Amino acid sequence: MIEFIQQFINGLSLGSIYALIALGYTMIYGILRFINFAHGDVFMIGAFSGYYLAFLFSFATFTGGASVWMAILILLGSMVVCSILGFTLEKLAYKPLRNSPKLTILITAIGVSLFLEYGGQLVFGADPKSFPTLLENKELFNIGGAAVFSNSVVVIIVSLILMIILRIIVMNTKMGTAMRAVSFNHNVASLMGININRVISFTFILGSSLAAAAGILFGLNYPKIDPLIGIIYGLKAFVAAVLGGIGNILGAALGGLILGLVETFVSGYLSSTYRDAIAFGILIIILLFRPTGLLGKKEIEKV
Amino acid sequence: MKSKVTVFITLFFLISVMISSCNKNQDNVIKIGQFASLTGSEATFGISSDNGIKLALEEINSSGGLLGKQIQLVTEDNQGKPNETQTVVQKLINRDKVVGIIGEVASSRSKAAAPICQQNKIPMISQASTNPEVTAIGDYIFRVCFIDPFQATVMSKFALNSMKTKKVALLIDQRNAYSTGLAENFKKTFVEMGGEIIEEQKYSSGDKDFKAQLTAIKYKNPEAIFIPGYYTDVGLIAIQSREIGLTIPLFGGDGWESDKLTEGKAKDALEGCFFSTHISTEDPNPLIQNFIKKYREKYKIEPDAYSFLGYDALMLMADAIKRAGTTDGEKVKLELAKTKDFKGVTGNITINEQRNAIKPAVVLEIKGGKFKYKETIAP
Repeated sequence: MIEFIQQFINGLSLGSIYALIALGYTMIYGILRFINFAHGDVFMIGAFSGYYLAFLFSFATFTGGASVWMAILILLGSMVVCSILGFTLEKLAYKPLRNSPKLTILITAIGVSLFLEYGGQLVFGADPKSFPTLLENKELFNIGGAAVFSNSVVVIIVSLILMIILRIIVMNTKMGTAMRAVSFNHNVASLMGININRVISFTFILGSSLAAAAGILFGLNYPKIDPLIGIIYGLKAFVAAVLGGIGNILGAALGGLILGLVETFVSGYLSSTYRDAIAFGILIIILLFRPTGLLGKKEIEKV
Repeated sequence: MKSKVTVFITLFFLISVMISSCNKNQDNVIKIGQFASLTGSEATFGISSDNGIKLALEEINSSGGLLGKQIQLVTEDNQGKPNETQTVVQKLINRDKVVGIIGEVASSRSKAAAPICQQNKIPMISQASTNPEVTAIGDYIFRVCFIDPFQATVMSKFALNSMKTKKVALLIDQRNAYSTGLAENFKKTFVEMGGEIIEEQKYSSGDKDFKAQLTAIKYKNPEAIFIPGYYTDVGLIAIQSREIGLTIPLFGGDGWESDKLTEGKAKDALEGCFFSTHISTEDPNPLIQNFIKKYREKYKIEPDAYSFLGYDALMLMADAIKRAGTTDGEKVKLELAKTKDFKGVTGNITINEQRNAIKPAVVLEIKGGKFKYKETIAP
């Protein structure tokens, strides 16, 4: 039972990171109906900007000496960096193709992804970097041997806060209402006086800053980052988004958590050899019974 | 029309001059090829051994070269990928026409290159691939390091006698020939010597989350964990094992050897852990200390085991060519097989019938992020 609790916490903190990345996939899909394959690499850039910002603020004593305010400052800094990146990517790479076939823009996204990965190797170097200690990792409490450390809790709490903020933005602000309107129908929304370009830019900024937060939280928990981490984490987050129902924000969060938990339990109780096979197997089974994902709504094609 | 002919003739002359100058070069040098992971996540393996090889190259060339010619080292980067390795080794043999090949540290990449060298009858010396299957590929494939069954015996002995641990858990990199081979051998010898393997977990190199496996290990209550992986993953494994409250010592093989192992948080997490390797830089042997001095002067950094092994690999290749008196692959191969008590910086090298080097191993302890000599275990 104690082992189960510990594995559950492990799974939640892994799942939170998947969930944060998945939110970006799902929002951009909701608005533009296209999978931004470069999103995983924005996550990687987020982790690296955290790495360099830590040096910039010259507090990067690799062991201790960390303060909560510094960590928050770095988190926000890297969210800003990635917002700018997301905004620029959309303007340069995707906007000119908005009226081209979906396949063109999809292939462009793959190109942008490769550009960021190998550009990253060129700029940052291919060897893994040791992510600085932003927060001291203290043992919070111990339930009969199941140690709970602060970093896993920080990951879960920060993700939760960001998701709540996102929910408030989407449901309760004017921009959020505009986003939902655009996701229903571009043309009608623009007829109602909504500036589509602005809404799309905003969506990219929002998604990219969440990816940056995921990058920092990743570095906090797994302090080794390299320019190719975005590939596998991006893919897993994409799966999480599909699992929860792509286009649905709550679904992405749920999908991320489910994927993280399943992976942890499979590696912990069965064998990590089957981890991905079983995780993806579950995805297939869910999609067989609910083709739109767990919380996805059925789209009616009008003829 | 006339101008076209002139251009053609000029080009023809230029090309023929270039070809003849190439030929001239080829007469004066002996080309030895190297494939190494100079970039990619295991780059320190390739860079360290490349530094050692270049040191040997300088020494040979400045003291008159080999068979009256200078050695030219042709280095190819395989980015740490087995399929890239096959491409670059083909290139070394077919385009650069090297007479011998040195490489590599990682067993999986050496295994990718060996069949090509064997097929083309080009002798290959691996500096640090410890998986037994590497030299079993053919009679042109040699190595200057010990092999995994021996390394496994060393670590089994060490775990039982020095660490006093009887119940050990394994954490194996399932995608890595070195790791699975070493684990297989360790399991066999450790159980034979009276130890007990109480849990076996796997990961894939490049994974970032090991908490699930480590938590499963934790609740089996082992006394130590044997992790036959590479430094790229071991650091993260150590950090995460401490994060879930596992405080038992970790130990592993020569794949841990890199100054990047103890970077950042891993420094504290790995305190008091052990690994077996080829050499200790604290060894007072003048041959070793002399090498360290030269290495420091040239590169301004500290050598690791792979620098020493790289040096020995090229030295042995040169020695065999000298003994053979020719660069003919078949004769060089015969001389390599006859190597006995070759004085290398990693100890005296004798090549056995399986084309492996017989030599002792050392166990190092990690203290304050540095590798401290613990003990030597003879074959």
